[in-house]
Amino acid sequence: MDFELTADAAAYRDLVRAIVAEHHTPAAVERQHRTGTFDNPELNRALAEAGLIERAVPGLGTGDPIELWILFNEIEKAGAPVDALAVAVMIAGVVQRVGSDKQKAEVIPAVISGEALICMGYSEPDVGSDLASLTTKAERDGDEWVINGAKMWTTMAHVARWVILLTRTDPTLARHKGLTMFLIPMDTPGIRVDPVHTMATERTNATFYDDVRVGDDCRLGEVNGGWTVMSIALSFERGVMGGTNQGVPLLGHTVEWAQSSGRIDDRAVREKLARVAIDNHVAALLTQRSAWIAASGGLPGLEGSMTKLFASQAYQKASGWFQQMAGAQGLLQLHEPGAAADGWIEYDARHAPVMTIYGGTTEINKNNIAERHLGLPRARR
Amino acid sequence: MQLGYSDDQRELFDAFEQFFVGESPISVVRAAEPLGFDPSLWAKLNAMEIWGSHVSLQQLCVIGETVGRSIAPVPFAEHAVAARLLQREDVDTGSVIAGLSLRETDVGGDWTLVPNGAIADIVVGIDGGSLVSVESSAPGRSPRNHASAPLADRNVAEGTRTVLGPRTDGDRAVAEWKAITASMLVGVASRALELAIDYATERHQFGVPIGSFQAIQHSLADLPGSIDGARLLVSKAAAALDAEVTGSTADVNLNEIDDPIVLASMAILFAGDVAAMATDRSLHVHGGYGFAEEYDIQLYYRRARGWALVLGDPAAEAVSLADRLWPSDIAGGH
Repeated sequence: MDFELTADAAAYRDLVRAIVAEHHTPAAVERQHRTGTFDNPELNRALAEAGLIERAVPGLGTGDPIELWILFNEIEKAGAPVDALAVAVMIAGVVQRVGSDKQKAEVIPAVISGEALICMGYSEPDVGSDLASLTTKAERDGDEWVINGAKMWTTMAHVARWVILLTRTDPTLARHKGLTMFLIPMDTPGIRVDPVHTMATERTNATFYDDVRVGDDCRLGEVNGGWTVMSIALSFERGVMGGTNQGVPLLGHTVEWAQSSGRIDDRAVREKLARVAIDNHVAALLTQRSAWIAASGGLPGLEGSMTKLFASQAYQKASGWFQQMAGAQGLLQLHEPGAAADGWIEYDARHAPVMTIYGGTTEINKNNIAERHLGLPRARR
Repeated sequence: MQLGYSDDQRELFDAFEQFFVGESPISVVRAAEPLGFDPSLWAKLNAMEIWGSHVSLQQLCVIGETVGRSIAPVPFAEHAVAARLLQREDVDTGSVIAGLSLRETDVGGDWTLVPNGAIADIVVGIDGGSLVSVESSAPGRSPRNHASAPLADRNVAEGTRTVLGPRTDGDRAVAEWKAITASMLVGVASRALELAIDYATERHQFGVPIGSFQAIQHSLADLPGSIDGARLLVSKAAAALDAEVTGSTADVNLNEIDDPIVLASMAILFAGDVAAMATDRSLHVHGGYGFAEEYDIQLYYRRARGWALVLGDPAAEAVSLADRLWPSDIAGGH
């Protein structure tokens, strides 16, 4: 095995790191926590101006999955928001792969300039892990499609320019075969966005589609080919594009707390800090491995599931340990006087459980790994 | 970047997997208990010419995984590390068995519970602030122990003592031992998972294979990612130990680490945890047969713990890792 980055990749990393350090400011963090919108447009634009987003979009620029991993890993390690930009980049990659010329011309420049976000409309109020049972309908009406239904967890819908929407277009076909993907401007009449506030401060949304009429040019990929389009998106995302190194800023904050409180000399504290440093490094190696598989032409779907499973559980374990270590001060929130690590330990303790669910629950990932990787007999559904 | 085995490494893995499957079936492992050493298997392994500095740590760790998978009763990690230090032909051929003490001598001059102390003809370890070797006759027996390992105390006064180098050479040797032992623990974990999958597929209850129950599936689904993670960490530690220029970066805020001492410590701690978890989950999947001597998983369960714990309390190892990551001059700062 060889763990070295190429000189080009290392230079790319250093550039990303410098830009993140400049634009991930206390003011940006304050705004995110006040509004619940975890995006940093200044950072996105600065990365775009340096050409770094274009470089990372799958199928564009260098299209090197190692760079994709580096980009989001650097953002994440600094504690800056990852998901909004990651989803936009991922969907831009899908558009590059299966979009029409018109879609490419509209969407890709908007994303690689750091100006536009895209939200994902997959889950529904009654449809989560069993995604193929979704009910949002798109029906033909002449040259147009009429969409009716509701989507859940459409994070960033309130600021996104487009939504990528998975709909049922043929109820007579097998569940995952009658689905079609659309890419729809969020200002299309008939779309409503309701906030859903989460315990992790971040705001997500429920979105409602009431006789939303769009042209066929909003279709992304083949009619009844929506499952394939979604699989392409997942293949870019799993285990490569962030969400697997949240323990790094947590450890940094906790070490600062331990040093300033004198607890750094406590043997029990030192043991836990070391163990979290190990888990953080393993999570990075697993993520890097997924990126390497993708860079070698493979689809790291299962490896991504394993990475997500390990990293999110390790993060939750770490945040639980650290909150307990901090004692009552571990209960105090951001910037409250006396709060352990200025409240970051408490924030991570709310954020960590989200990460074990977001993007595929622990349980669904385990089903996946058990049946598709370990080859165990299919469980009763 | 290459985050899977290279073709050469794959070939090496396959060759030694085949060797141990053929020469060290579980009947050999059982027959070698309680001492945990089979001289005839040792002779066959020596014929593979793997001792000495012509074999890299990365290669030793690839082989180590196959040792762990077969729980072969040979002193693999200790002899490999000691041979690299001693550079003696009779050690490189394996006709003289070399051992490694993981601890400094105590006040009475004892190296306590040397991992292969019961069978080693020469032991390397730290004594009097230096790395020394002591040649003396092996006791040939071991206190009965959890892992059926050839553990024994050895006294430096009882043989010919030769100074090999400074204490830091000893620290480096122990780091090499940690990496190789961690690779063996990865093998223990991966084989324990296979035993669980086989059993869960064959064993029927309530009219279906028990592997179709999510309670079983979910307990096993945690393992492959952790095992892969441990293998990556071990390989990274071995690569850092092999590098001529020793890295010294261990920046946890950037999560960038190439310090071989740090990586080796991380590897033994993580692989030890993973092997303990994998063997525990696998044993549980076996139900009552899991603790029956007749079944193999208990052999793996005991070695998963014994091979790691011979180094000492993992909490102490984690604290010494912390001392390297956050040195005491920073501790208590501000």
